[in-house]
Amino acid sequence: MDNNEFLTEWGLTLMVFLPLAGALLLMVIPKAQEQMIKVAALGAALASGAVGVAVLANFNYDSSEKLQFVVNRNWIEAIHANYIVGIDGLSVPLIALTLLITPLVMVYSWNHFPQPHNPQAFLILMLVLATGMLGTFVAQDLILFFVFFEVVLLPMYFMIGVWGGEQRQYASIKFFLYTLFGSALMIVSFLALFFVAGGDSFSMVDLAQGVADRNAAGNLAMITQVLIFGGMFMGFGIKVPMFPFHTWLPDAHTQAPTAGSVILAAVLLKLGTYGFIRVALFILPEAAVKWAPYIGALAVIGIIYGALGCLAQTDMKRLIAFSSVAHMGFVMLGIASLTTFGLNAAVFGMVAHGLITGMLFFLAGSVKDRFHTLEIKRLGGLLLQAPKLGWILGFCIMASLGLPGLAGFWGEFPAILSAYNPAPALSQELFRTYMVIAAFGTVLAAGYLLWLFQRTAFGTPSEEFADVEIEDVRVSEWIAWVPLLALILVLGVFPNIIFHVTDPFLTVMGNTFAGLK
Amino acid sequence: MWFPDHAYLIPLIAAASFVLILFFGKRMPKKGAEIGITALSICFVMALATNVQWFSHVNSAEHEAEVAQEEGEAAEALVSSESTGSATEPIEFEVEPSRASWTWWQSGDVTFSVGMLLDGPGVMMLFVVTLISLLVHIYSTDYIGGDRRYTHYFAFLSLFSASMLGLVMSETTLQLLTCWELVGLCSFALIGHWWEEKPNSDAALKAFITNRVGDVGLICGVIILFFAADQSFDIVTINEMALNGEISHLALLVASCSLMAAVMSKSGQFVLHTWLPDAMAGPTPVSALIHAATMVVAGVFMVARLYGVFFQGFSIGTSSVNPLVVIGAITVIGGASLAFVQKDIKKVLAYSTVSQLGYMVMALGVGAWTAALFHLFTHAMFKAGLFLGAGSVAHSVHSFDMTEHMGGMRKFMPKTFVTFLICTAALIGLFPLAGFWSKDEVLSGAQQLGGEGGYLVFMVVGLVGAFLTALYMTRCIYLTFFGEPKGHAADAEHPPHESGRRILVPLYILSGMAIITGFANLPNSGVLSGSPDGASLRFEHFYEPKGSYFPSVLETFDHPEFNVLIALGSTIIGLLGISLAYAWYWKGRGPHGLTSRNKFAKAGYTVLVEKYYLDHLYTGIIVGAVKGPIARGAYWFNQKGIDGVVNSAGVAAVKSGKFVYERIDQGVVDTIVNASGSAAGGSGQRLRRIQTGRVQQYAALLFAGAAILAGIFIIVI
Repeated sequence: MDNNEFLTEWGLTLMVFLPLAGALLLMVIPKAQEQMIKVAALGAALASGAVGVAVLANFNYDSSEKLQFVVNRNWIEAIHANYIVGIDGLSVPLIALTLLITPLVMVYSWNHFPQPHNPQAFLILMLVLATGMLGTFVAQDLILFFVFFEVVLLPMYFMIGVWGGEQRQYASIKFFLYTLFGSALMIVSFLALFFVAGGDSFSMVDLAQGVADRNAAGNLAMITQVLIFGGMFMGFGIKVPMFPFHTWLPDAHTQAPTAGSVILAAVLLKLGTYGFIRVALFILPEAAVKWAPYIGALAVIGIIYGALGCLAQTDMKRLIAFSSVAHMGFVMLGIASLTTFGLNAAVFGMVAHGLITGMLFFLAGSVKDRFHTLEIKRLGGLLLQAPKLGWILGFCIMASLGLPGLAGFWGEFPAILSAYNPAPALSQELFRTYMVIAAFGTVLAAGYLLWLFQRTAFGTPSEEFADVEIEDVRVSEWIAWVPLLALILVLGVFPNIIFHVTDPFLTVMGNTFAGLK
Repeated sequence: MWFPDHAYLIPLIAAASFVLILFFGKRMPKKGAEIGITALSICFVMALATNVQWFSHVNSAEHEAEVAQEEGEAAEALVSSESTGSATEPIEFEVEPSRASWTWWQSGDVTFSVGMLLDGPGVMMLFVVTLISLLVHIYSTDYIGGDRRYTHYFAFLSLFSASMLGLVMSETTLQLLTCWELVGLCSFALIGHWWEEKPNSDAALKAFITNRVGDVGLICGVIILFFAADQSFDIVTINEMALNGEISHLALLVASCSLMAAVMSKSGQFVLHTWLPDAMAGPTPVSALIHAATMVVAGVFMVARLYGVFFQGFSIGTSSVNPLVVIGAITVIGGASLAFVQKDIKKVLAYSTVSQLGYMVMALGVGAWTAALFHLFTHAMFKAGLFLGAGSVAHSVHSFDMTEHMGGMRKFMPKTFVTFLICTAALIGLFPLAGFWSKDEVLSGAQQLGGEGGYLVFMVVGLVGAFLTALYMTRCIYLTFFGEPKGHAADAEHPPHESGRRILVPLYILSGMAIITGFANLPNSGVLSGSPDGASLRFEHFYEPKGSYFPSVLETFDHPEFNVLIALGSTIIGLLGISLAYAWYWKGRGPHGLTSRNKFAKAGYTVLVEKYYLDHLYTGIIVGAVKGPIARGAYWFNQKGIDGVVNSAGVAAVKSGKFVYERIDQGVVDTIVNASGSAAGGSGQRLRRIQTGRVQQYAALLFAGAAILAGIFIIVI
């Protein structure tokens, strides 16, 4: 029992801060000891993962709608901010995803650190990132949440700005400022919310209760709630990113080093969608109803627009980046429907997109590594030169276009399904229109993805690379990819692995919205 | 009933075969083909056993009903001496489908299952799919022997078989959709089997994307039905609710129309059929299995599966026109007319498939469910036989071009010729081959079913289609097997030769099936009303679902009777077509060269050669526009429009920063600082800091902006 008590008290905290401790450790290791640095970094990530696995193994899945492993300590008393952490069915899949991705990215980079090399700094940044991401998913206090949410920003900024491509300066500044802009509005909303909900706690549960009480008493103006939601919308919407705030994403992705792109796609974007559900929808359900039609509209515009953007791309990595805009559109459509179906689809979509698009960025990185270009025109015949790499690309493309039996489908189809019958307070006609538009988005997705596959993998190698020896999948790549590929397949066949975790919590939430008129 | 209750093992065996071939195929002595053939043989035997047990299951259900009825009558006779007079009526009885179900996923209070719903049509398809798949496996070991991706080919054949078998016994519409997409994936992979050449990968992409267009309809239809049936994907539930009138007619109509789009793409109906002829880029055995016998009938099967929905949604029993029958009719004529101008033997057969699928859809549209499925069954046999026969010829002359490299092949390949001839006769519908019986049933259905006025027009369409079929198939026979050998066929050094056993045996079996399968549903009405009970209408008896989820519970549902006039008429029309083509090709009669003399004839010919210009519309105009100007326009807007705003916001921020720095900071504040006399080093340092640390500057500005906003916000609140 001692063990369990320790885990309940310290599990989440250890999981979140072990990477940070690892980062501190890395600072004191001499720069020349590269091997030791790598091992220490991976060790820290794995240690955090081990604690995480222990926590998830002791998580009570039968009551996953309840916050578990809750720790509540005084933190900054002056502003009523507490150190509250805890997890429920909504956070579990995303924590698992983060714990998985971080070590895999390290393994992938093992002998291929991007220029200007310096694995020490690179790994420190990655560990700080891990702390930020994990922290965001466990934080139950808005100030704590905000701190973690922002902690993520700097390492990524440096990762793009130092290890990035030719236009890294522009891309990193754009990424940083754009997200910061959203954050600035978000913190304003958080502060306003604090005062509106009684002004004595930043705990999400307390805030939600405070808002609900005032709504029940009828003394909270709708316009106030709508405006507060608006600030959050900017903060989270930019992170997602939603049309029309997405333009930082293609640049950041294209310029970021492979490891950065993978983390960005796999986890960072989810901070936005997670925030929407955890913070915005949870605390301000009534305002969410007012915003939902607009969010839904932007989501379906994103689906079509992102797909069109993909069709216009000449660079493989930029194409994959644009596809994120379309895919996150499906996630946001699910959220906008404000139903249990839609929210479940959204969380599944987040995980699926993390796995699949993460994989696609890995692949783009490996193609770049081998051909030193990602220009689609110059590629071709990948299946001939590196058949395994080519088939893995084909597998991921099929997953990305939402083939049933693979993970992508379960983010897409239930989201479309949910739009047919949105929460009762929303206009059915409007959301059914969204449904049809979103369904057409799947055609465009097939178009741009298969067209990419045809031009890069089918056919014969271009003259330029005809005689170049291309290495097929390396050992480090196998180690990094096999878990992701297996999960894409397993989750596609057994979607309940995720649905049964997320469902209880989201059912409670869905019922809240079902009760609103 | 062990086999029907465990039929879900059949697709699982095929799936296991896929995995095994994928991982171990290359290391096996026969490169994985043996795994596929073993697995499919097991599947075939199990499918046969399933059929046998199913037959006895149906018979015992009937027997029980008989006993119950007699007992009931006996009981009634005790109460009143009145005779019910039902002795001559066929016994009404229900047949329980075999079912199995597992939880797949959940959302809210709704649990979704994955499982098996196996009844008549599924049992029938089990037989068709496993038989033809097995034959195609065997055939392929010779046909594509030594291919560069031999193992990969067999792996996908297995995956296809698994998905298709899963499709025909899907318990829910969602599962159906899943398998539907998976067979599409296999089709994509196998059409593009030789992806080094661009036309092949183009064809593969076209197939997948066209089917995705139809899938939009499938997704929408499945979703509409899900909510209409109180949140259920269960096929039995949906059908029952549709038939009981628990779902509004509007919902059923919209769902049926949506699902129509899926039928049009998957089953090659006009105007979404264009991918199917292009799909002939794949290996010929694949064309036989996927693009003739099984996958392309998935659309027909889906309609048959959800027949309660379509029957009510389109009011099939009481109307005289509906989308199914119209699309089917257009496809019958459109496909047949295009088959007439093809030079490639596989394209002739492809358009013929399109046309025959039109018959099936039309039959479903007029309410002749059994006729449609029966035609599906017989067509699978003789069309697979035709494709494999065409492959046998092409294997020997290394070309599919009838006008360039064939001719006179009957001398070189007499065995292939005979099987091809039998299958052709079956396709044309000559008595007493398979196509005669099934096509006749479709035509009788069009004549006899429906509401006021019936579907008579469509019977005429069917007859015209039969005429065209006779014409183009006779032409095909002539160009391939008669006349003078040309091109490769005339190569004296390497004369064409008969194919080997592994190619011929499947041909024998399929042409044998083309002869006998027609008797599976021997009519028991009209002039044939004397047929013995145990030998007639067996197909209907065993394979038509009997239960509350099938429209036979409605009064408007009926079966057509055998009409000797239609049978005679269609035979005469078929013979007429053959004689006309004979006179034209063998005897050289008729206005040859008309298309070069008469401009109307020429224009008509050009329209056909250009396939009604549909490809120009799709590839050139629609896809071209989306990929070209529309996508580029959207991207331009992205870069110049949205990003323009973002960048100019950045620039504006920098400019205002400069302004603040130069005018206020340097101008006002620094004056004071300067005045204090400690400026020189400090300002230089500060300048550098600001230039190198733009981020902080931006950040500060943004937070300043945010603070102002927050102020406004709080005041507003």
